[in-house]
Amino acid sequence: MFDYLFYTSLVVFLLGLIYKISTWFTKHIGVFGSDLNAKKRILSASKGITQVIFSRKAFSLLETFVLDVVFQHRVLRENAVRWLAHMLIFYGFLLLLLMHALENVVSEAIFSDYYSTVNPFFFLRDFFGAMVLAGIILAAIRRYISKPQRLKTSRMDHYAIIIVAAIMLSGIGLEGLKIASHSEFQRMVEDYAGMDDEEEIQALEAVWVRDYGVVSPNLREPFDEDLIEAGQEAHANNCKDCHASPQWAFNGYAVAKLIKPVALWLDKIGSITLVWYIHIIACFIGLAYLPFSKMFHIIATPLSLLANKVMDPATSSPANILTRQIIELDACTHCGSCSLHCSAAMIYEAIGNEYILPSEKMASLKQLASGKKLSDSQSAAIREGVYLCTNCDRCTVRCPSGIRLKELWYSVREELVASGTPLMHVLSPYSFARGLIIQDSIPADTYAYPIAAARQTVSGGFDKLINPNMAIPLNAQTSPEPPSTVGDHTYSQCFSCQSCTVVCPVVGNYEHPEQVLGLLPHQIMCCLALGLTEMASGAQMIWDCLTCYKCQENCPQQVEVCDVLYRLKNVAVETADIS
Amino acid sequence: MKFALFQGCNIPARLEQYADATQAVLSKLDIELIEIADFNCCGYPARNTDYRAFVLSAAKNLAEAERAGLDMLVMCKCCYGSLKKAEYLLNQDPDLKANINQSLKKENLEYKNGIQVKHLLSVLYHDVGTDRLKSSIVKTYGGLQIAVSYGCHALRPSNVTGFDDPVSPRLFDELVELTGAFSVEWARKLDCCGAPLTGINDPLAMDMTQKKISSAREAGANYICTACPYSHLQFDVVQSRLVSNPETRDPLAPILYPQLLGLCLGIEEKNLGIGKNKIDLSGISSFLMTE
Repeated sequence: MFDYLFYTSLVVFLLGLIYKISTWFTKHIGVFGSDLNAKKRILSASKGITQVIFSRKAFSLLETFVLDVVFQHRVLRENAVRWLAHMLIFYGFLLLLLMHALENVVSEAIFSDYYSTVNPFFFLRDFFGAMVLAGIILAAIRRYISKPQRLKTSRMDHYAIIIVAAIMLSGIGLEGLKIASHSEFQRMVEDYAGMDDEEEIQALEAVWVRDYGVVSPNLREPFDEDLIEAGQEAHANNCKDCHASPQWAFNGYAVAKLIKPVALWLDKIGSITLVWYIHIIACFIGLAYLPFSKMFHIIATPLSLLANKVMDPATSSPANILTRQIIELDACTHCGSCSLHCSAAMIYEAIGNEYILPSEKMASLKQLASGKKLSDSQSAAIREGVYLCTNCDRCTVRCPSGIRLKELWYSVREELVASGTPLMHVLSPYSFARGLIIQDSIPADTYAYPIAAARQTVSGGFDKLINPNMAIPLNAQTSPEPPSTVGDHTYSQCFSCQSCTVVCPVVGNYEHPEQVLGLLPHQIMCCLALGLTEMASGAQMIWDCLTCYKCQENCPQQVEVCDVLYRLKNVAVETADIS
Repeated sequence: MKFALFQGCNIPARLEQYADATQAVLSKLDIELIEIADFNCCGYPARNTDYRAFVLSAAKNLAEAERAGLDMLVMCKCCYGSLKKAEYLLNQDPDLKANINQSLKKENLEYKNGIQVKHLLSVLYHDVGTDRLKSSIVKTYGGLQIAVSYGCHALRPSNVTGFDDPVSPRLFDELVELTGAFSVEWARKLDCCGAPLTGINDPLAMDMTQKKISSAREAGANYICTACPYSHLQFDVVQSRLVSNPETRDPLAPILYPQLLGLCLGIEEKNLGIGKNKIDLSGISSFLMTE
């Protein structure tokens, strides 16, 4: 049974590993490198790796390995408690894996005198277990109790904590049950002690009941002095050399003390076998599920850290950058550091679209890369979330896994805005980095498309309304009034002196400004006074406003021209979103 | 003096030399800058699309500074304008303030209007003072002509920003002239640099940039002096795109004010990030006069 379960989970693990690694070279994300096939990417990666290994960059790899992988310096920089939790879990688990789970392969090969029941091994197993448990408790406190603002806990995060906790708790529980178990005591006496004198065995049992936590159905304290003395002698002759006293296994011993009142019953119903199964099944589930869970970061994150140390967006080959980005999707542990420091955090709070938060964007990118079909509303939300980013790079700077999130956003943003319903946020300074940096790296029509599409959408029925052959529809239904704010209604003070239009640098930029801008600033104020909000909010002028506030500063009537234009933009976006 | 440093989003990502030069200059002038990790976007980019998102984002920063008990020193003119506008709105509109504070409660914050928002140039001019600056200067420029770009969002709407006289401002000119440089009069001194439309209407944005640069050049300027990352990036990165067109002339390099001042305070070029511009400005030190 054990072998069957073990080999099944091992095979699933290995197949999963092969599959996941193959996706690093086959999956695509974003607009860059969409023409690169797996063969090119594997060749490019091998070339890149070889070049790095035989260059001076190898030293920086070594430095990153020690600092960021072994010592996890980037996690420490983020938060000391999180670092402690992560170190405890990672190293505790690693040591348990090597010493305890792989004892036949590792411990026995290294230590000729290895016995799991002998110190220091007996104590260390519990010590490592306590490390993991302490780490898991800290992680659970962060996820479920202290819950920092905007830290999202996904199914994957629950699973990871549950699996590790199940392995640890079942292991410690099993140990406790064994310490308290009378049948286990009998088995060990039979297997190891080679005693046949019933009285001597009884004396030994008395000592184990009094001193070592065994709960016996036959013997009750207090014991006779002579009996104890005989038992101690038997213990010294038969047990002591190969079994450290159970107190050394402090976790298990504590459990044994705790279950003392029901220990006999637990022993009778075969709970040891049951908990043993839980323990190994939890371990095997953890193993088989590893490549598909967030625990895969054990493999992907060090690679991401190392690759990012030696790669440079300016000089690395596009094939390797794409491959690295796919690895980065696996390297994300959904720890939330990016979202905790996100500059757009308050925009998320105001709008409520969780894809604004980088950690949630990452989760959605995994879905995108795996080719999962997203619902229209989900893909619209992701598109908005990816765009509502101020490109401040904090997520990239903070990421403990060293993921270059900003490059992912750049690439994915272009993929997302190239299709689907037009995104109004394109017409805002969120586009600054796109215009400044991305513009040069993509084709001109790809760059222009989302801007033109958004402009088309926000102008609504403007062309019809402004048609000189049509009468101005003075009885037109005005748009629903947006919540007003300070200065909103100052347009009613306008007496059409045109000062705003005269000083406007945008108007001044064109020979025939009406043709380009639709309406000039003073005409927009007039429209509003006439209740023609739709016409006013459809004019190109409002989107070409530089927000330099010259109009407002120069208005003799204190009309807040520029702020009114801001307001109209808000109205146009709202209207476009509704329709 | 102590301030909470507000860098905004562009500077750490794309214009680190502005932060480096500012830190270097202010530490010479005994001003302590406190970095508040929880500062976020000033709200400026959200103004076009979502009024409340803009105010909330700005207010969070004001409330963070308030919790730290520090006035804000803002480096970006657009951040400055946005924070000042939000401050103005919050104090004019009690309903808005209550609504925003409701959201800030979740962050354990409250906006009470307890601190002042100041731009770097105002701090240098008013808080440090021109006398102190003069006495700290160890080298001055000779024959250097500078075109100062005031930055719309600091200057206007003047009833909200309170930065300087919106029609004939002097603050930036005087700060430049302290260094021995001559601040030229130029037609587009108070105009927009084009950055607000970069990414939205690039041809129009570039027209604005081009016109400003031509105007500064016609006035005989050797450099355009900026104190805003948007303007600076526009004059540096977008201008380099413009000059890749053979029809346009040699570029006119932008220089950040703390870089210009820093050299006069005896700070080394590399600590001011003089070499980090896209458009070379290394010629600046040739204007420094040796005593």
